[in-house]
Amino acid sequence: MTSTEQASTTRPMIEFRDVTKTYDGGQPAVDSLTMDIERGKITVFVGPSGCGKTTSLRMINRMVEPTSGRILLDGQDVAEQKAAELRRSMGYVMQSSGLMPHRTVLDNIATVPRLNGVARSTARARAKELLDVVGLAPELGRRYPGQLSGGQQQRVGVARALAADPPVLLMDEPFSAVDPVVRAELQSELIRLQRDLAKTIVFVTHDIDEATILGDRVAVFAVGGRLAQFADPEEILRAPVDDFVAGFVGRDRGFRHLSFQEGEDVTIHPIETIETGRLADPSVTVNSPWTLLVDAEGRPHGWVPEATRESVTSQADAVPGGSLYTRGDSLRRALDASLSSPSGLGVTVDDDGRVVGVVRAAEVFELIEAGRLDRGRANYNTAV
Amino acid sequence: MDWISGIIDYVPANIGQLRQLTGNHLLQSVLPIVFGVLIAVPLAQLARQNRTLAGIMLTGSSLLYTIPSLAMFVFLPLVLGTSILSMVNVVVALTIYAVALLMRSTVDALTSIDDGVRQAAVAMGYTPLRRFLTVDLPLSIPVLIAGVRVISVTNISMVSVGALIGVPSLGRLFTDGLTRNYPVQIAVGIIITLLLALLLDLLLVLLERVLTPWARSSTTRRTRAAALDARTVAS
Repeated sequence: MTSTEQASTTRPMIEFRDVTKTYDGGQPAVDSLTMDIERGKITVFVGPSGCGKTTSLRMINRMVEPTSGRILLDGQDVAEQKAAELRRSMGYVMQSSGLMPHRTVLDNIATVPRLNGVARSTARARAKELLDVVGLAPELGRRYPGQLSGGQQQRVGVARALAADPPVLLMDEPFSAVDPVVRAELQSELIRLQRDLAKTIVFVTHDIDEATILGDRVAVFAVGGRLAQFADPEEILRAPVDDFVAGFVGRDRGFRHLSFQEGEDVTIHPIETIETGRLADPSVTVNSPWTLLVDAEGRPHGWVPEATRESVTSQADAVPGGSLYTRGDSLRRALDASLSSPSGLGVTVDDDGRVVGVVRAAEVFELIEAGRLDRGRANYNTAV
Repeated sequence: MDWISGIIDYVPANIGQLRQLTGNHLLQSVLPIVFGVLIAVPLAQLARQNRTLAGIMLTGSSLLYTIPSLAMFVFLPLVLGTSILSMVNVVVALTIYAVALLMRSTVDALTSIDDGVRQAAVAMGYTPLRRFLTVDLPLSIPVLIAGVRVISVTNISMVSVGALIGVPSLGRLFTDGLTRNYPVQIAVGIIITLLLALLLDLLLVLLERVLTPWARSSTTRRTRAAALDARTVAS
């Protein structure tokens, strides 16, 4: 590798240089934005409506032209490139999927390769592969977008954006119009896809949760198009730079931040268990206030309180359990498992779902406190 | 019964003339539709890009439509240098009316396209011309054809007026029938004109179905999806 090639791969994929956008002499929609967007990472623009996050995104592919400033794509000023060709070099996914209602799913996915002059049969073959990549059945390829559910349409939108294998993906609130369950699904699929593809993704959302789940880097925009903070999601939650960011990341940010703290050190206590098959036998007694009900494979199925042992003769009589904590998961999960459990003991399972013990909320708190102290010391040391 | 037997006698006896007049009639009604679409669509696209131009063109086309057809048939030979009996006069006149009527409905058709789709086309990297031809135009077909159906019926009836100045069409059956006081001939003219109008309309409906396969398959799903969305919003 020559030195120039090295320079081009370490250089940020997208660079905003003092970019301002003003509509008709009013307040700026984007106010002297300067930022670097790293290659191969997901950068999330997040903020309330009217903060200029979408405008900033659209200036990258020249759907909006900046009033002043420059945007560089791989070192080249986008203003010097032909708009249509520039746009074809980037994938674009939008909120309402924006699929062409008069084209079949396959032809929709094949749009950009066709615009680039790829033969129809080649473009369709590639589109078929992409259906699989985004987790859609091949027979959906012949349908029209109107025959798909919202979640399926968004998947097609993602496939279409990937069709020409562009290095950059622009995603404008792509998952905000689908229901929460589908949204969570699409988010984890995007993370899975990104693991293989390593595209430079710029993702716009108004949802701070989505931003912290997806973003390698999160840019919080404030009303008036000001970039308030640009940092790792962990840092945004732990150390919001001002009142605006603190207010925007919201009331639960302390709890959310626990997602970024490893739960390796949580103490797992043994727990007395009783097998579902032995419940009906009244001679089998329990000896602690709460005994965990497990099946033959050791998977949890609720709790048997000592006080009412006699009345619990089948699995249906047991007290339903809370959320499960998979060993090694984040402190957020550990805390939630113990807080949601009727016994106050968070049921901990291994990767196969078998009970390995329980965690206690009080001990999770101790770890959180210890972590705070460590960070405090680290900050003190770097400051000195 | 007299009427029916009269018609039954008339048609086979005059089949040659009827065939020729029907052919002329169809030519004079269909050609203006084709020319009208070819002219109105680009004009409408121009109008959509420029508000002032749109105002002038829409008002202008409405004004054109107020000119009586007979006056137009008589006046056009002076401008075009054609013979007064030429079918060209009728075709040109009806093309003008077609453009006048289609302008507005085509502007509506092009405006009716979902903005999300248009934005997506821009974001995908369509050039403006390609987007117009492969996205805007196909999507505006249902509204466009609705406009064309109105024009096809209007044209079929207006072509008859040309017979007043001697241009051959089914209208001749009316003028002849009137001068010869022969109601059967007039009735035959009316029946054939009606059948032509029905036939053309049917063809246009079929054309729309062939050109918009996506519209048929998605209506039920779309309604269901809308209901689903409404529920999501409500909860």
